[in-house]
Amino acid sequence: MTASTVEYTGKRKRNWAPYILLVPSLLFLLLFFATPMFNSFVLAFQTPDGVWSLESIQTMVDDVSFWPAIKATLTLVIIVIPFQLALALAMALVINKRLKGTSLWLYLYALPLAISELAAGIVWVSIFTQKGWLNSILETLGIIERGIIWQSAESYWTLIGIIVVAEMWRATSIMMIILVAGLQSIPDEYLEAAEVYGASLWQRVRRVILPMLRPSLQVALILRIILAIQIFATAVALAGTGLTVMSQQTLEWANDIDNDNVAAAWAALMLLMSIIATIGVLWLLPVKDEQQV
Amino acid sequence: MTAPAVSVESTQAPPPPRRKQTPRKILNTFLWYVSAVILALFIVVPIYLIFVSATTPDANVYDYPKSVIPVGIDTDNIEAFITAAGVIDAFWRSVVAGVITVVLALGIGAPAGYALARYVFRGRDGYRLIVLSTRAFPIVILSIPLAVMYRNWGIFDTVWGVALMHTALALPFTVLITSSVFVSIPRELEEAAQTLGCSPARAFLRVSLPLALPGLTAAAIFTWVLSWNDVFAAVVLTLRNPTLPARIMTSLTQASLPWQYAAAFVMLVPSLIVIFVIRKYLLGLWGRVVK
Repeated sequence: MTASTVEYTGKRKRNWAPYILLVPSLLFLLLFFATPMFNSFVLAFQTPDGVWSLESIQTMVDDVSFWPAIKATLTLVIIVIPFQLALALAMALVINKRLKGTSLWLYLYALPLAISELAAGIVWVSIFTQKGWLNSILETLGIIERGIIWQSAESYWTLIGIIVVAEMWRATSIMMIILVAGLQSIPDEYLEAAEVYGASLWQRVRRVILPMLRPSLQVALILRIILAIQIFATAVALAGTGLTVMSQQTLEWANDIDNDNVAAAWAALMLLMSIIATIGVLWLLPVKDEQQV
Repeated sequence: MTAPAVSVESTQAPPPPRRKQTPRKILNTFLWYVSAVILALFIVVPIYLIFVSATTPDANVYDYPKSVIPVGIDTDNIEAFITAAGVIDAFWRSVVAGVITVVLALGIGAPAGYALARYVFRGRDGYRLIVLSTRAFPIVILSIPLAVMYRNWGIFDTVWGVALMHTALALPFTVLITSSVFVSIPRELEEAAQTLGCSPARAFLRVSLPLALPGLTAAAIFTWVLSWNDVFAAVVLTLRNPTLPARIMTSLTQASLPWQYAAAFVMLVPSLIVIFVIRKYLLGLWGRVVK
């Protein structure tokens, strides 16, 4: 966006101030965003010696962990996102109901917003570990007789389940905040009208709230899906070697095997998946122009 | 916790006049409160449990079944974690990386946010689109090619390298957030100062900046926490000089459970304080990012 591409409007002296203010951020994004993004594709199509080849991609695909990592990551994304959306919507509806102490509820629901993936993972380890809180509580209440091994490497779906719960706890807040902001822009009269005509809560959600929330839903879904594709510390803390996710493979190739090219191939693959997911959301939930705020 | 009215309440029209309270209505309200409490418990109980786990006295660490009511509060675990090799150093590195990130992200992002808020110019929408679309990319993954670039530049395994990556992570948010902060300050105030003889720069420094300060502080605090929380980029970009999450992550598999609990506790405390401090701005910070 150089100044030379801007036509002189003739009426007023052109104001350079905004361009000067934007330059530092553009240079920074060019150097630390565009360049590495470009480089991840360059590295992916090179051998460690810098020769152009498909070898790194071949190595990535041939690795025994390739399909398991993709399967686990996509499974988590597909299960976590709908649950998270429902939970975030429930929280947002409670906030929007303006019960007594709204600011307290909002604060509590927003708490995980600042909690790191790693801390969140360990929090749920303390709950799901064999001698942890869940088994303690279930046994004290007499619901089970012996502690259940939740983190068993043999039980894939239990591992997926506990990671889903941890992710719902950790990462729903951001969706909730976006949805609360979206709900506030729905005029109260619409909901009251629906209520007066006897619409149930479910009908109001389905017929009034969700359609009007579309712009917020779009943003919330794109943000969360991209973050969910990068799931890392929660999965590692809870599942250990029981399952592997894409970020973990990326890291393993970068740090343990010390092959930046294969790691970059993973990074490029995750980039592509994020772009596809974004396009998918934009296609499934198109926002009409008049709805765009 | 008597927090002052948040924007949830303040931005809404006054509630409609009360209608007659039928038993059905009362039951309905009651059910809303029950839902509010259940959802809050889902968030709060795990935090309570990790605090109990981290402060359980050594003798009771492996008790089973554990008692939800603390048997005693003890800081042995937390002390053992803090005194473990490299943890204090890693802690300070995390603090410093966070501070550098805040300075860079605001120093670079706030002017852009100001430009978006105050000027109408060619390319404004294009710039917004660039910033918005950066959110459609898994930025943390860019640390892989960055590690290669850093080795050439000689900043691999340094706090600066980590902070630059974190700045890239935070910048889109900083731009959008600061822009929404400046939008909320009437430009007429600045113009009035200029008609009274202030230069544009002086009008900004003396009028807009003081008014924007609370919002900018909230943005700064949240930027710091983004940096404090990052694990993946820090693990990729450091080796012998890890940040705190990187230090914990790399020894996670060998670490005892009480050590992990203490680690989670130490990472959690600043996060909870941060959300408390910026609670009034939560919707402003994130909600407006939508638009």
